[in-house]
Amino acid sequence: MSSDNSHLRTLEAESIYILREVAAEFARPALLYSIGKDSSVLLRLAQKAFHPARPPFPLLHVDTTFKFREMIEFRDRTAREAGLELIVHTHSAAAEGANPFRLGTEKCCHLLKTRALLEAIERHGIDAAIGGARREEEKSRAKERVYSFRDAYGQWDPKDQRPELWNLYNGRIDKGESIRAFPLSNWTELDVWEYIALEQIPVVPLYFAKPRRMLLRGEMLIPLDYDVPPAPGDRIETVLCRMRSLGCTYCTGAIRSAADTLPKIIEELRGFRRSERENRVIDHDQEGSMELKKREGYF
Amino acid sequence: MKDLLRFTTAGSVDDGKSTLIGRLLHDTRGVYEDQLESVRKASRDSNAEGFDLALITDGLRAEREQAITIDVAYRYFQTPRRKFIIADTPGHEQYTRNMATGASTASLAVILLDARHGVLPQSRRHAYIAALLGIRKLAVAVNKMDLVDFRCDVFERIRDEFGAVAAKLDVEEPFFVPVSARDGDNVATRGARTPWYRGPSLLEYLETVEVAPTESAGPLRFPVQLAIRPHLDFRGYAGQIASGRLRVGDRVLALPSGLETRVASLAGQEACPTVSLADHIDISRGDMLADPSAPPAVGREFAATLIWMAAEPLRPESAYLLKHTTRQVCANVRSIRHVVDIRTLDPGPAAELKLNDIAEVEIETHQPIFFDPYRKNRATGSFILIDMISNRTVAAGMILEQVGRASRPVKQPHRGLTVWFTGLSASGKTTLCRAVYERLAARGCRLELLDGDTVRKHLSKGLGFSREDRNENIRRIGFVAGLLTRNGVIALAAAISPYRAVRDEVRASIGDFVEVYVNAPLEVCEARDPKGLYRQARAGQLPAFTGIDDPYEPPFEPEVECRTDRESVEECTAKVLAAIDRALER
Repeated sequence: MSSDNSHLRTLEAESIYILREVAAEFARPALLYSIGKDSSVLLRLAQKAFHPARPPFPLLHVDTTFKFREMIEFRDRTAREAGLELIVHTHSAAAEGANPFRLGTEKCCHLLKTRALLEAIERHGIDAAIGGARREEEKSRAKERVYSFRDAYGQWDPKDQRPELWNLYNGRIDKGESIRAFPLSNWTELDVWEYIALEQIPVVPLYFAKPRRMLLRGEMLIPLDYDVPPAPGDRIETVLCRMRSLGCTYCTGAIRSAADTLPKIIEELRGFRRSERENRVIDHDQEGSMELKKREGYF
Repeated sequence: MKDLLRFTTAGSVDDGKSTLIGRLLHDTRGVYEDQLESVRKASRDSNAEGFDLALITDGLRAEREQAITIDVAYRYFQTPRRKFIIADTPGHEQYTRNMATGASTASLAVILLDARHGVLPQSRRHAYIAALLGIRKLAVAVNKMDLVDFRCDVFERIRDEFGAVAAKLDVEEPFFVPVSARDGDNVATRGARTPWYRGPSLLEYLETVEVAPTESAGPLRFPVQLAIRPHLDFRGYAGQIASGRLRVGDRVLALPSGLETRVASLAGQEACPTVSLADHIDISRGDMLADPSAPPAVGREFAATLIWMAAEPLRPESAYLLKHTTRQVCANVRSIRHVVDIRTLDPGPAAELKLNDIAEVEIETHQPIFFDPYRKNRATGSFILIDMISNRTVAAGMILEQVGRASRPVKQPHRGLTVWFTGLSASGKTTLCRAVYERLAARGCRLELLDGDTVRKHLSKGLGFSREDRNENIRRIGFVAGLLTRNGVIALAAAISPYRAVRDEVRASIGDFVEVYVNAPLEVCEARDPKGLYRQARAGQLPAFTGIDDPYEPPFEPEVECRTDRESVEECTAKVLAAIDRALER
């Protein structure tokens, strides 16, 4: 290994340590697998942590039913190849036609993501949900613990977090309570891509640039996977673009980019002046909206 | 070469710490434009003047509303040379707990001083806490130089004053830099307004300062996280190396079993491998592999510096959960030696500990832990205390030293057992027996040693070496060993005990019995002859000497046979300990 990557190996070791701690300390952990690049890295780290055994926990995907088709294909193939149990959970409201246009992004997200996640945690008796969230992503996540305590309602209390020193994580919970564990806490977006390149980790093809048919609304590039209610001035064009962050189709905009390989993505990233979550509509509902969502039980 | 530097920041309220970090992030492009726009928007919302860099780091709503930092925030940026992780900790009255948290994973502390105020009592405390948590490198940023007209004499006066404070602490000579976080002078790049300052900017210093990784130094410590058993043919132990190195073929000491073996194979990541061992030893989470030539302290009693982090005070009479490496045990704080007065840093007496108190205490765990002083090893010298009812983390501790004698736990009883070492004189019974004794003592077992030579001076005084007297001697040792065994003690008996019949009689009467045949050929024993007994026997001065003119009847089916002429003491000890473990599990 080249010494250029020593920071990646340091991060890797820390994440592997955390994944093993969770496996050793909890009765029913699950890996929150959301199909994106961070989940791909998380899964690879889990495979390394328990090698030559398989990771001793299932994958859990909270499916809002508004994910890209390529994501679902990638998810099923990945779980099959890893030989891991895949739990897919969808909130009943999705079948009743919940969508961001009718409900607004805030309510839609609360139902299809936050409530769905809490339901899945309860239904499957999950006491530790391992997520790929990173502190760098967003300002309230910057204060998140590696072991984030959630009460019986899945709520986070940022004012009353357990002190977390050294690598001594406190996983003590009472029945009904749970821990969200974040092995990638100290990784940045650039670290994630550099690691994907170093380890040759497969990711959803949507991350790579190619000409795609997109709905253009102002500066936004909206995928056409599902029917989007039209607005004045909408145009449909073929655009050379890629996804920087993967969420639900409606709420994830694409970026214009020609980066169709890992080195090009990394190169592009070094020049970026805007954060990866900028194209996520949900974070901008109101100032501090991620913190509000997290208090309610969101990741 | 790109590596990782973790540092923490400390400053009093209004020293401009968040602004400094905001400035570092801004100037190294560690913050994105849309995040800055959000900051600009919030600046307008909170009626702050102009563009407030501090809002980049003061993330939480509650903090924006109160305009103070209430918790540790982690920030990331990188330059072509290094990746940095900043633990940004608040400066208000609860700083002890938060600063300790931030410092626990940092190898450097940036301490902010306000050029107008100089060294405040709080600055001394920040330096003290950083040193307490094992940080040896301090970078002192004298901020708000723009408000003192960038005067060199102001900077030098503060540098000398803080230098005197640092000299009393266990830290290296600090690095000093005059900055204006608001305007950016000497933060990322050198500023034109301090022509008298010839040193590097703060960022240049952070990029180039050498910080030795603590993990590589010191003897091997490998706390086991979990056993990995994908199939019957593979059994590995996964963990993170806390210090030292692991290589295939290395001898390792397994704790608490005290067994020694070799590393058979290593798999996975270099810093957190999965280890397979040459011998089958029962190891589980919370155990440790260590360097046999420099093992950690093993015990239940130690002195530690404790930082109390909970609103409810420490109750010395109640038990807490103590988490140390991957091991979790029950513990009591037995006594408070003194509390450090955080204003003067002087020790004083105290009956209880309150939130943010720093104290020296004595702790007793209910089961042994394997530790080093925090000064020598952060990973094996640190622990947290957890309240068993509320499940909260109530304290962080740093071990100073072991206290009391090697531990003898009473709360985790093992069953009794007699381990009988038989063999010729000078075959190595006493040596082996003592080696086994020490290993078992390290585990905290209740033990007694019945050595044939010693017994003959007391219990069997007056008995000779006739067959009858020899048998009587063995029956007496067997009787005492039986009493001890019945009372949950491991009795280690070492006696020539040459006759098979009486050994089997003792075995039958005790039941929980492990026979160790300490076997070395007569020539070897005779060559060793440490007490000159063989020489005397050959000269006819010791009649009926076993092996010379009295028979030795080897056991037919001993639990263990040790060939002390071919096997090392360590190998023999490991075999005996393995047999003891099997017997105790029966």
